[in-house]
Amino acid sequence: MTDLRNLTLAQARDGMAAGDFTAVELTETFIEATGAVRDLNAYIVETADQARAMAAASDARRAQGQVGAMDGIPVAIKDLFCTKGVQATAGSHILEGFVPPYESTVTQNLWNAGAVMLGKTNLDEFAMGSSNMTSYFGPVANPWKRKGDDAVLVPGGSSGGSAAVVAARAALGATGTDTGGSIRQPGAFTGIVGMKPTYGRCSRWGIIAFASSLDQAGPMTHTVRDSAIMLGAMAGHDPKDSTSMKLDVPDFEAALTGDIRGLRIGIPKEYVMDGMPAEIDALWKTGIDWMRQAGAEIVDISLPHTKYALPTYYIVAPAEASSNLARYDGVRYGLRVDGDTMQDMYENTRGAGFGAEVKRRILIGTYVLSAGYYDAYYLKAQKVRARIAGDFNDAWEKVDAILTPTTPSAAFAQGDKMDDPIAMYLNDIFTVPASLAGLPGISVPAGLSAEGLPLGLQVIGRPYDEETLFRVAGVLEDAAGFDAKPDLSGLGG
Amino acid sequence: MPLNRDNVSAIAHLARLKVPEEDLDSLAGELNNILGWVEQLDEVDTDGVAPMTSVVATEYARRADNVDDGGIAEDVLANAPDRMDGFFAVPKVVE
Repeated sequence: MTDLRNLTLAQARDGMAAGDFTAVELTETFIEATGAVRDLNAYIVETADQARAMAAASDARRAQGQVGAMDGIPVAIKDLFCTKGVQATAGSHILEGFVPPYESTVTQNLWNAGAVMLGKTNLDEFAMGSSNMTSYFGPVANPWKRKGDDAVLVPGGSSGGSAAVVAARAALGATGTDTGGSIRQPGAFTGIVGMKPTYGRCSRWGIIAFASSLDQAGPMTHTVRDSAIMLGAMAGHDPKDSTSMKLDVPDFEAALTGDIRGLRIGIPKEYVMDGMPAEIDALWKTGIDWMRQAGAEIVDISLPHTKYALPTYYIVAPAEASSNLARYDGVRYGLRVDGDTMQDMYENTRGAGFGAEVKRRILIGTYVLSAGYYDAYYLKAQKVRARIAGDFNDAWEKVDAILTPTTPSAAFAQGDKMDDPIAMYLNDIFTVPASLAGLPGISVPAGLSAEGLPLGLQVIGRPYDEETLFRVAGVLEDAAGFDAKPDLSGLGG
Repeated sequence: MPLNRDNVSAIAHLARLKVPEEDLDSLAGELNNILGWVEQLDEVDTDGVAPMTSVVATEYARRADNVDDGGIAEDVLANAPDRMDGFFAVPKVVE
């Protein structure tokens, strides 16, 4: 049965449909794999018993001829999603032991489609980070290593645990959330497909909030086809989230026609960074050639405010975070550290419950929203954000999708960049602009660095045009033919 | 004007965040670095630009004003660090 671990989500779906194996057999394989990859520290909670029960129910449905789009598919859930009866921590001490009495809409949609939950994956605390180093539950290891070097690398973040379990073939897919790149950057660092849909495509209800105008859920999978299948199961309008769009969910898988002839692909000149490794630039140029060879028209474009995206993000996101995280006060759930007065209890609880990066962002957010500084920082950032979104609107007059690198480097070692917050923030330089504009983006593994680590290319699409995004990404994936795998010999592979 | 340790202490109090005295200077340094870096936004001409508050069309979602939930006090209180007689319990607020 070890073969089952190497299937894609689509192959597993088709195998169960053909009667080659059952959901119970598939799920047992992945429960075993979950145990074999514990050294990665990718799960905060494993839910093997629940997975077995869900798999048995899936087989029973199949016997009745009633199967959903993800029936019997074992997936991992980022521990930012509230899951009824199963601890949800956001990677933070302040929520340790919190057991939600309700289910997030996205996860409920997945269970309605028949998916099976393997467990809750580790993440940067409150999704604030690009390395998974800020989790209260410890860092996650990337299953990939540099050639001839045993240094433990980060899987990226914040959806680092989700990326690691998919890359290590311990889940067929995983949910992530992306605020400034938290799906796409770890996707690139671990050689998998990471997809952030348009803001409003997936409900945010029941996802622990970081920055509400930016947060979006999305799938992390082995292939573009898997991504299309999983997004189809996750997405949809939700009356409980006033920002979720009243749009039908198209058949994303049907969009994978393999034909991009005549499509106009934009190449933004501002995505060339000083000091960017030559191999990133070379991979991007190769990607442009692949698009051209597939019959697309390459169009040079300009997104002039690109360099201002990161500083804009680091005002807007902390401001929203400082407001969202005000709810953790030791009264209704999670940690409480007593004090003589109510005020002392608040301050003690939050001082002990939040880690260093979260505190840093709460302080920045509180400052930029405070009287006397609001206009200079927060209002200014909102105006620059409008200009960044305007750049993309102008680009859509000329192109149908945009191709860029996903990250300015391959995965780095655990502990690197920890003493310099801005160096860490630069990881998201290519992913943040699309986040600020609310656009869909997908990272596709496209090649290996000289050190033997995966590198990704990013496709950015028009709002709510995930179909074109998937179509382009599918062609990119075929052209890249990325079939490198991490060495899983110590992880039961 | 860069932030000093007293400013950081005041911001931390606004955020109801206990910060140890010995961390105030290093935090002031980190926050000043970040604030110095974001000041490059001043280069951008934003005259006449409306601040972007939402990336989706802002048509307010409305629903009928009917009670459609409730009667779940036990669920609401289930994660409370301290509770008493069906309420959240907190340190004394009014003498």
